[in-house]
Parts: sequence; structure tokens; C-alpha cells
Amino acid sequence: MSDVAARPAPNFLANGWIKAGLILAAIVATAILGARLDTSGTLYKIFIDPFEQMASAPDLLVQTVWEGLVSGVLYALIALGFVLIFKASGVFNFAQGIMVVFSALTLVGLHEKGVPAWLAVILTLGVMFVLAVAIERVVLRPLVNQPDIILFMATFGITYFLIGLGESVFGGNPKQMIADQLWLPKGAVDLKILGGLVSLQKIDIAAAIIASVMIAVLALFFQYTRIGRALRAVADSHKAALSVGISLNQIWVIVWFTAGIVALITGIMWGARSDVSFALEIVALKALPVLILGGFTSIPGAIIGGLIIGIGEKLGEFYWGPLIGGGIESWLAYFIALGFLLFRPQGLFGDKIIERI
Amino acid sequence: MNAELMNVTGEPIREKSEVLLAVQNVSLRFGGVKAISDVSFDIRKGEVRAIIGPNGAGKTSMLNCINGFYQPQEGQITFKGQRRDRMKPHRAAAAGIARTFQNVALFKGMSTLDNIMTGRTLKMKRGFFWQALRHGPAMTEEIEHRRVVEDIIDFLQIEHIRKLPVGKLPYGLQKRVELGRALAMEPELLLLDEPMAGMNLEEKEDMCRFILDVNQQFGTTIALIEHDMGVVMDLSDRVVVLEYGRKIADGTPSEVKADQKVIDAYLGVAH
Repeated sequence: MSDVAARPAPNFLANGWIKAGLILAAIVATAILGARLDTSGTLYKIFIDPFEQMASAPDLLVQTVWEGLVSGVLYALIALGFVLIFKASGVFNFAQGIMVVFSALTLVGLHEKGVPAWLAVILTLGVMFVLAVAIERVVLRPLVNQPDIILFMATFGITYFLIGLGESVFGGNPKQMIADQLWLPKGAVDLKILGGLVSLQKIDIAAAIIASVMIAVLALFFQYTRIGRALRAVADSHKAALSVGISLNQIWVIVWFTAGIVALITGIMWGARSDVSFALEIVALKALPVLILGGFTSIPGAIIGGLIIGIGEKLGEFYWGPLIGGGIESWLAYFIALGFLLFRPQGLFGDKIIERI
Repeated sequence: MNAELMNVTGEPIREKSEVLLAVQNVSLRFGGVKAISDVSFDIRKGEVRAIIGPNGAGKTSMLNCINGFYQPQEGQITFKGQRRDRMKPHRAAAAGIARTFQNVALFKGMSTLDNIMTGRTLKMKRGFFWQALRHGPAMTEEIEHRRVVEDIIDFLQIEHIRKLPVGKLPYGLQKRVELGRALAMEPELLLLDEPMAGMNLEEKEDMCRFILDVNQQFGTTIALIEHDMGVVMDLSDRVVVLEYGRKIADGTPSEVKADQKVIDAYLGVAH
């Protein structure tokens, strides 16, 4: 055997982007070719027809994208809660979904008991703080230095505890979010564009604005302040963080409390669109594909991931759903995430795993 | 150089009789394994104190006891005249003990600058509220500490890697960044766990120079673990030798070098 023969061919497929691009190009090429040859029109319906619909009724497209955008913002908010805790403690917090429900229930429950709306918000924040301290004391502190999987399981425990506590205190019935009392706008704005009528719910606009502001504040906070730096430090190495005088206990309380605040805001926004019930918890699992897409450690990733999933879902449901009888929305997100796992496991913006060997 | 460090520079501390840290009859066990048994020694203000010994002698465990990672079962540690029984690492840091690690423990995803800034954590006092606003007093404070950090970066000659994530740096530079982070704490006692391990000759010489400069210019007391005997003999004022968790010798480098027990245990037969 000569040396030349023994040398492996350069492997272009090793690069995820190139591989994904090639596969995508192949699919598009076959699709267009197939659609021309196909007699029954199935391929035409999948690959050509939806785009023709989009082009012929742009107002519908805008409406669908807007709805996707809004649910995307809410997914992003939930994902943000996950990212915060994951960044600072390396724990995937399964309880984030129930924290959303629990905080919203507490808010509404307090208001039902006659507490003025804004006071109820402050009290709820207090409850979330107490919860953060309790979780740190009772769950995290005794489990320090345990493998991540143990902490992950512990968050399951927190989930079921909060479900039980929430149901016994506030009951299991769905409740109405106190949107009016919190000065959240009602009704819709109708825009005449692209030869049609696009209707935007005011609450959705408010949700998008509030979420953007909160995300910007959090990103700045993480990047440029002492506590933000300490949070990132703890996420990176516990022992080094301890050696420079960062208190793990204090940091964990701050992170869980911040995640609690994010949960409350998510709860208010989501509750105002539908109602406040334990079913919300299932929606929170949508944050998983969002995180896989955006990367577990990246705040911008959570946002972009949320938007991609939200818009992808709505477009898929509206234009492709009818082909297989609808109901795409519930699983499409996971499908997209699977694709990402195959080609870019650290997500779009996740920290590249740096390891010197 | 920053103002506080500058003051010390003017009058290098050569008076080395005041005890800064005293370790008395400390024993540390992990289950049935005795890592340290009944070790006593002291570290005087302003000196460079080396802790040496063969692998597994309990040197790193000793450092871990001093900075609070481990709680010794017996004995006591007195720092600045204050005896402490149970000490949390972040309290030790607040009291003025900084350290580096045997296998560098940096925040890999963060830049050199941010890594060293974390060393200022305890010096920054503004609360959560101002931090969140990132305004007013917190901003002035941030700038002021940034200046100190830039001075340290100049001192260690790592300007060129300020913005790079440290995970990507070569090992020698990582060790330097780690030293910088410890210096940013303006410690009274600096613990260095094998600061020269895995370095080439040139890097070792640089590191030696930094250690001596830190000791002489800033008057920082240094306790270091090191395997390179040449380095230990050149740098340190006094040496304590551990073997199997026990102290077998304590004295100036030349005394220790002449000690028969040390020769038997550590230096061994001539190479």
C-alpha cells in the first residue's frame, strides 16, 4: 500500500453546516423535480402549494407569523427561566414550568382574597423569594457536589411539591388572570396591510414589549455587573468561585429568585391570553426544544430559539397541517429540535465546549 | 500601579517575625485515611514559605484546610490572631486568603479580564439594586475596580490576551491569569499550589520573577507548594517538609537540604 492510498480523503461532511446545507439542497432539488414529475400532486401540495398560498395571500402569512412570534416570545420567556438556572448551577430545572403556574396562581389567589392587585404582585414576589431561599436551604445545599442528574431529579421533587401545594391552597380550578387590574391592555389593533386585515391583540403587543425589555435588562446584568459575573463564575467552576470569595448559597438564592420573577411575568402574560391552570405546565415543556435550538447557556439563544419554534409551529400548522389532518403544532417543535441535535448539539448560540487535551 | 499597592511598594517589609498564620496540631481524615496527622507550623508576615514533600504527602490537603475547603477534625488554625474552627472558603477569602490551584481552576468561558475581575468580587460593595440598574455608584465602582485589574494585567504582562476566553489559552498563560485573579483580591496571604507545574524553563523563570515581585513589592505573604527543588531553594525563606501527612522537617532551605530525614524521604538517593 502506498502512502497516498492510505491517506483518508478530506472529510467535508465532518462540518455540520456543510452537511446540513448539502442535505437541504438535495431535498429541495428532489422536491422540485418530483413535483414536476408527480402526477397525483402530493409532492406539489407539500413543496409548492404552501408557498404559492403565502405569496397569494400575504396578509394571512403576516397574521400567522405574528401569532407565531407571540407564542415564540412566551416560549422564550419560559426558556429564559431555564437558562438562568442552568447557567449558574448547571442544573436543568424541571420545575420552571410549575413555577410559572404557581406564581400566577399565587397572584390571582391573593387578589381573590381581597388584596389589591399591585400589592398582590409585590406579595407574590415575596413568596417567590421565600421559595428561592427554601429551595437553596432544603434542596441545593444538602446536595452540593452531587452529580447533576441528582439535582435534576431533585427538581422533579420540587415540581410535585409545588403542584400539591398549589392545589391544596388555591384549588385545581382554572382561574382568570387579573389583567385589567394590572393595567394590561385589552382588545385588538386591526392593521390594513397587503390588501387584507391583520389583527394584533394588544395584550400580545404588550407581552412582546415587556419580554424584550426584561431580556435586555437580564443580558446587561449578566454581562457587566459584579453579581452577573459571579453568576457566570459559579456556572463555570464552583471551587474557583469559592476561592475568590463568591458565596454559592447567595448566588443560588439570587438565581432562583430571578427565575421566579421571570416565571411570574411569564405567568401573567400567558394567563392573560388564556387562563391560569395547571395545564400551563405542559406548555412549559416546549421550552425544551427551544433550549436545544438556542443552546442551554445562552440568553439570546433562548430568545431566537423561542421565536423560531413559535413561528415554525404556526406556519407548519397553517400551511402544512391540513395535509396530514392537522395537529402538527404539538409535535413539530420537538421535530425541529431533533434536526438541530443531529447537526449542532450545542445549539445555535450555546457555549462551545472548550477542552484542552 | 494602584494606590493601595503603591503604598506598600515604598517600604518593602523585611521584618519577618510576626506570625500571620499558625497551624497547630492539625489532623485531617477522609474516613479511615489520614491525610494529615498532627501537623504544626507557622507562616510569618512577609515571607515566602514553601511546603514540599513527595506525592501524597498531604500538601494540597494542607492548603485546602487553610483556605476552608476542608475542615480538619483536630487542631486549629489561627489567622491574623483569630482562631477559626469551621471556616467557609468565601469567608477565608474575605479574611484575606487567596489561592491558585494545582490544575488551574479558571472560568473557562470568560475572558481574561472578566476572570481577574471576579477577584474583585469582595471589594465591590454596591448592592443588588444598584447593580441591577448598572448606574450611579455601581458604575463608578465598576470603573474604579477595572483600573486595578488593568494594573494587574500590566504587571503580569498579559495585555495581549485581555479579551480572549481563557479556556483557549496555553497552560502557562492560564496559570498566569489565575495568579492575576488571586492578586486582584489583594490578599494578605497568597497560597500557590504548584504554580510552575507543567511549565517550560522560560515560563518558570517568568513565574518566579512574578512571585518574588509580588512578595517584595506588595509585601504579600506567600505559601507555595512546588516540586522543582531549584525553585523552592531560590524563592523561599523557610521550608516545611511533609511526608505521609506528617511534618518531618522545618527550617531555612539550607537547613532542610542538609536534614537526613528529608534526604531519605524526599530527595532520596542522588540522581
